[in-house]
Amino acid sequence: MFRNQYDTDVTTWSPAGRLFQVEYAMEAVKQGSAAIGLRSKTHVVLACVNKSTSELSSHQKKIFKVDDHIGVAIAGLTADGRVLSRYLRNECINYSYTYESPLPIGRLVVQLADKAQVCTQRSWKRPYGVGLLVGGLDESGAHLYYNCPSGNYFEYEAFAIGSRSQAAKTYLERKFETFKDSSRDNLIKDALFALRETLQGEKLTSSVCTIAVVGVGEAFQILNQETVQGLINEFEIVGEEPPPADEAAPPEQGSGAESGSSAAEQGAAPMDI
Amino acid sequence: MTKQQANWSPYDNNGGTVVAIAGADYCVIASDTRMSTGYSILTRDYSKIIQLADKSVMASSGFQADVRALQKVLEARHLIYQHQHNKQMSCPAMAQLLSNTLYFKRFFPYYAFNVLGGLDSEGKGCVFTYDAVGSYERVGYSSQGSGSTLITPFLDNQLKSPSPLLLPAKDAVTPLSESEAIELVKTCFVSATERDIYTGDKLEIVILNASGIRRDYMELRKD
Repeated sequence: MFRNQYDTDVTTWSPAGRLFQVEYAMEAVKQGSAAIGLRSKTHVVLACVNKSTSELSSHQKKIFKVDDHIGVAIAGLTADGRVLSRYLRNECINYSYTYESPLPIGRLVVQLADKAQVCTQRSWKRPYGVGLLVGGLDESGAHLYYNCPSGNYFEYEAFAIGSRSQAAKTYLERKFETFKDSSRDNLIKDALFALRETLQGEKLTSSVCTIAVVGVGEAFQILNQETVQGLINEFEIVGEEPPPADEAAPPEQGSGAESGSSAAEQGAAPMDI
Repeated sequence: MTKQQANWSPYDNNGGTVVAIAGADYCVIASDTRMSTGYSILTRDYSKIIQLADKSVMASSGFQADVRALQKVLEARHLIYQHQHNKQMSCPAMAQLLSNTLYFKRFFPYYAFNVLGGLDSEGKGCVFTYDAVGSYERVGYSSQGSGSTLITPFLDNQLKSPSPLLLPAKDAVTPLSESEAIELVKTCFVSATERDIYTGDKLEIVILNASGIRRDYMELRKD
């Protein structure tokens, strides 16, 4: 009830010590269509749902190549995502130019986070309304990071953002311990399964999703539609019944999704997560 | 009481010769691998050739520090182009970019004498030749560097291309086959090596055609 008094601009604190404009920006991320990332020791897979607003239009581009060794998947205001991708690409190009070596992903995400933080502390700016799953390589292997509009960033084994991402997160939480040593193809399979969870019964075909992979010895690339459809068919992910290995899943997921979302609404400031 | 002249120059000439020849469906770009300064040799094994895009290869003689800086700028610009257009730059587009990049430093030039070779959008061989400040022209063949004065008249005679000096400008690719052009390039460098002290050691030949790119090497006299 007090939210409306202290949410006019980003430089106003609430009495509870919250910046509502930043939290509203994180809401924008939750409203965007789902994006998922998972990583093994050597590969990172990014996957996202690509729904177009009408049959007449093309769908939004949500996965961007940043450099040969880094790519991002976004959820939220895609225009903000595009602008940030351009920034990320520029940083990589400038670093390569100066040091003739690829920009380590850990450095890139800090620069991105600092850029996002600036917008939370200037009265004439607004926070970026986009969450980025940044996947890439550095000398120690493959990494996945999530960058928030708040300027926070975290490293993840696997994560999902956007609408209905809780369903994917539940799947990932169950299986993430196997990802570390997973093969590239099994990692993609898990990404497709996680993506299917967010579709809530809708049929998974290559026309509603985009998959991208980056790994040691494999430059970042967005897989083309035929390849993805081939993988979907191969792993038999199309049907609504889960494969035998995950038979226990559906009843758990239903209750898991509901309890997950109610916890988030109980006033825990999203920035604290 | 004579005026003191500058005794420090920001430039040096590392010597060397580069050649490029355009064919109907291929392009040959070659250079020697000797890097010198004054009357000394710095190294016998330095490549003056770089692949900038799928179908564009640049070879540059002159001051190699400037050449390297120029290569880095073009590589970075090509990355930006790829992000914006989702495709590789064509050779004629790269040719224009190189010209603009050189003219950008019109009042402190890159001391680089370039030839750009590749395949145009129709798959035909193309060669572009430059001066240090970006003036360029599409030609059927070209040579730059310390041995160019020895090689160019020989190519004028042997290539059976219409001479680029004729007017009106004629479509200039050589009717020779790829292997004939390569043999010709080898002959050019063997002759240039005899009389030009800055050319020699090893010859690097890059051949660009529909099947892709390949490299050939040949030893040259080391004196």
